[in-house]
Amino acid sequence: MDFTSNYFELFGLPQSYHVDLKLLADRYHGMQREFHPDRYAGKPAQEQRLAVQYAAVINQAYSQLSSPLLRAQYLLSLQNIDDAGDTKITRDPQFLMQQIELREKLADLSDADDAFTALEEVADAVESEYIELQTVFDQQYSQSRLQEAMETVAKMQFFNKLLIEVEQLEHELDDK
Amino acid sequence: MVLLQISEPGQSPEPHQRRRAVGIDLGTTNSLVATVRSGTPETLLDNEQQHLLPSVVHYGDAGDVTVGRLAYDQSSDDPLNTLISVKRFMGRGIEDIKTLGSQLPYEMIASDSGMPNFKTVAGAISPVAASAEILKVLVGRAEQALDGALDGAVITVPAYFDEAQRQATKDAATLAGVKVLRLLNEPTAAAVAYGLDQGGEGVIAVYDLGGGTFDISILRLSHGVFEVLSTGGDSALGGDDFDRAVAQWIAEQAGLEDNLDPSQQRKLLIEARKAKESLSECQQVELTVAGWSGVLERQQLDALIDPLIDKTLRACKRALRDAALKPEDVVNVVMVGGSTRTLRVRDKVTKAFGREPLVNIDPDRVVAIGAALQADVLVGNKSGDDMLLLDVIPLSLGLETMGGLMEKIIHRNTTIPVAKAQDFTTFKDGQTAMSIHVLQGERELISDCRSLARFELRGIPPMVAGAAKIRVSFQVDADGLLNVSAKELASGIEAHIEVKPSYGLNDEDVTRMLKESYTHARDDMQVRALREQQVDADRMYEDLAAALKEDGRKLLNDNEFHCLEVALKDLDEVRHSENHREIARHIEMVAKTSEEFAARRMNASIQRALAGHSLDEVEKDV
Repeated sequence: MDFTSNYFELFGLPQSYHVDLKLLADRYHGMQREFHPDRYAGKPAQEQRLAVQYAAVINQAYSQLSSPLLRAQYLLSLQNIDDAGDTKITRDPQFLMQQIELREKLADLSDADDAFTALEEVADAVESEYIELQTVFDQQYSQSRLQEAMETVAKMQFFNKLLIEVEQLEHELDDK
Repeated sequence: MVLLQISEPGQSPEPHQRRRAVGIDLGTTNSLVATVRSGTPETLLDNEQQHLLPSVVHYGDAGDVTVGRLAYDQSSDDPLNTLISVKRFMGRGIEDIKTLGSQLPYEMIASDSGMPNFKTVAGAISPVAASAEILKVLVGRAEQALDGALDGAVITVPAYFDEAQRQATKDAATLAGVKVLRLLNEPTAAAVAYGLDQGGEGVIAVYDLGGGTFDISILRLSHGVFEVLSTGGDSALGGDDFDRAVAQWIAEQAGLEDNLDPSQQRKLLIEARKAKESLSECQQVELTVAGWSGVLERQQLDALIDPLIDKTLRACKRALRDAALKPEDVVNVVMVGGSTRTLRVRDKVTKAFGREPLVNIDPDRVVAIGAALQADVLVGNKSGDDMLLLDVIPLSLGLETMGGLMEKIIHRNTTIPVAKAQDFTTFKDGQTAMSIHVLQGERELISDCRSLARFELRGIPPMVAGAAKIRVSFQVDADGLLNVSAKELASGIEAHIEVKPSYGLNDEDVTRMLKESYTHARDDMQVRALREQQVDADRMYEDLAAALKEDGRKLLNDNEFHCLEVALKDLDEVRHSENHREIARHIEMVAKTSEEFAARRMNASIQRALAGHSLDEVEKDV
């Protein structure tokens, strides 16, 4: 079989946004038990090379399916939709306002009296919006409203980026 | 009465031959070697019944090299020729050394490879060469204990070691003539030692504070799979820094000048270390240094080292956050490294994780023991069905883009092996070459990241800016070592580099040094080469014969099957000969001939694995 054809098939899971993460992890471990280069340490060089490649694909597949954002993007890419949603999303004024507000809050954080608590509040807000978007995507995707699903993915990207920035700020505060 | 065993006709009565494999902990302060005997891992003793080999190498003016305790004893009388804490210099450039230089007495000189060398009476010595001396002693100890040449070793490195440091470690092994089965992260090795010992499940935090490095790793253990979730640390923070803090305090108290000579410096550090160690037992310790005497209390020691310990705890917090976990999710905290004997460290770690850390395996030996267990699996003594390690890269890997910015291709804490590609384009009209600068680190500016390698892709057909499509592919293998290749997609022009960081040795260096070290032992080298080829040939013969028997008829047509049979027969004829070139040639031939067969077998295993899914799906439905 073509090893790169479909990550859902690779793990024997139904092609859906809803993934049983525990089952995915079990399958992932099972595949790595079979193909990890450690299993081929004593084998001829070409089998070792293949094992490195296969194990890399399995790792890639696992990280793609276990992340809510990457999984959504992957599902769309299987429908031949790439992330061109960014341009559309910027026309949603309400979404933009919300983004600006959250970013301003983040920027002002360092001066706050209790920066950690303030940061946690922002983080919680971002986190819950992010989870909400996942639910929205799930509905849109399962009803084949792919255009809307694409916009939702673009929004998720914004929030994902915010989460990364929150994390970085946390590091910076730690180091102070 | 003991019954004699008789094998079935046609079946080989020959028992599965045990291969000699060891785990080596190449530490900053001490090094060890361990192996698995009768199913039990143990560290190997030297002739004086010592496990620990001080990681110290002394070069004498008669060209003599001593390693270990004898070398350490010369450290204050002959500090410049006694190399201590060499690990701190591994894979480091002259810039990095400057920060270390003020703390260590050596005179460093630049070399062609970009890696600074120590100036000694025996000439310029690279950190890699000094590490190789330590490895040679450990290998010698193991070969004596196991009564024969080694089939391979797992060598441990701090999880936080970057590409350059890993490559330098591997170079040292090559120089010492050891076959590296795997570079294994030290905290992962410790987790293996504890995990298999306790049979526990769940999240493990490994707190590893050695002489010169600090690592924190968060792992999840489930059904024998050790999955590293995150890792962090500081490759320049360790117990040595505690010693220095104490030494500085003593110097201040005693009114000593800053410009102590190397010998005085060394004496002061030894004194400081003794004081630190005693304070794990007593409340206070009396000191006499250069005519001054005074008392150091435990409380004072704590105050001196608290800022350093706090730094490690911040890294712990970060690693937990990276793994999306909270301290209470951790079921076991494992302590590794001699510096975790310091009471203050234990107290603070206990507080940070809200539980008592595990210390029942000697923190000095736990890493070597874990490495030995892994070596035993890799070399094929154990089926390995019950254990698998999934490790991560500690630092992000990326490329320089316009404006001196770092574009990450593979993010830190990504499970290895991993392959990722990213497309870039040209910046100017008619641009025919592209310079590719590979970096490692977390920061945005390339000046804050470590430069690993530069190479050029030439011969791009002239096009308007932005029209060319250059795909840069990164591949990190299970040792955490990186390969980068670049390809222009329209023309198919390709460039490729095995990332040998600027601070590592290039192949010529390694060859030259190998030659030098073997000038007086030419025969030895030949014997080793022959033995290695024979082992490889035997393994290949056995593997392919078994594979042909199992799948040959299923996966090959008559012609293919026949070709492989012939190649195999040829290999069988030469594999016990004394001609290592001939053996090597046949190995290569068989490898080539069997390439397609190997690929088909892998695919067949995938099919089986997939069939396995549907099977348990059925079971689930029932």
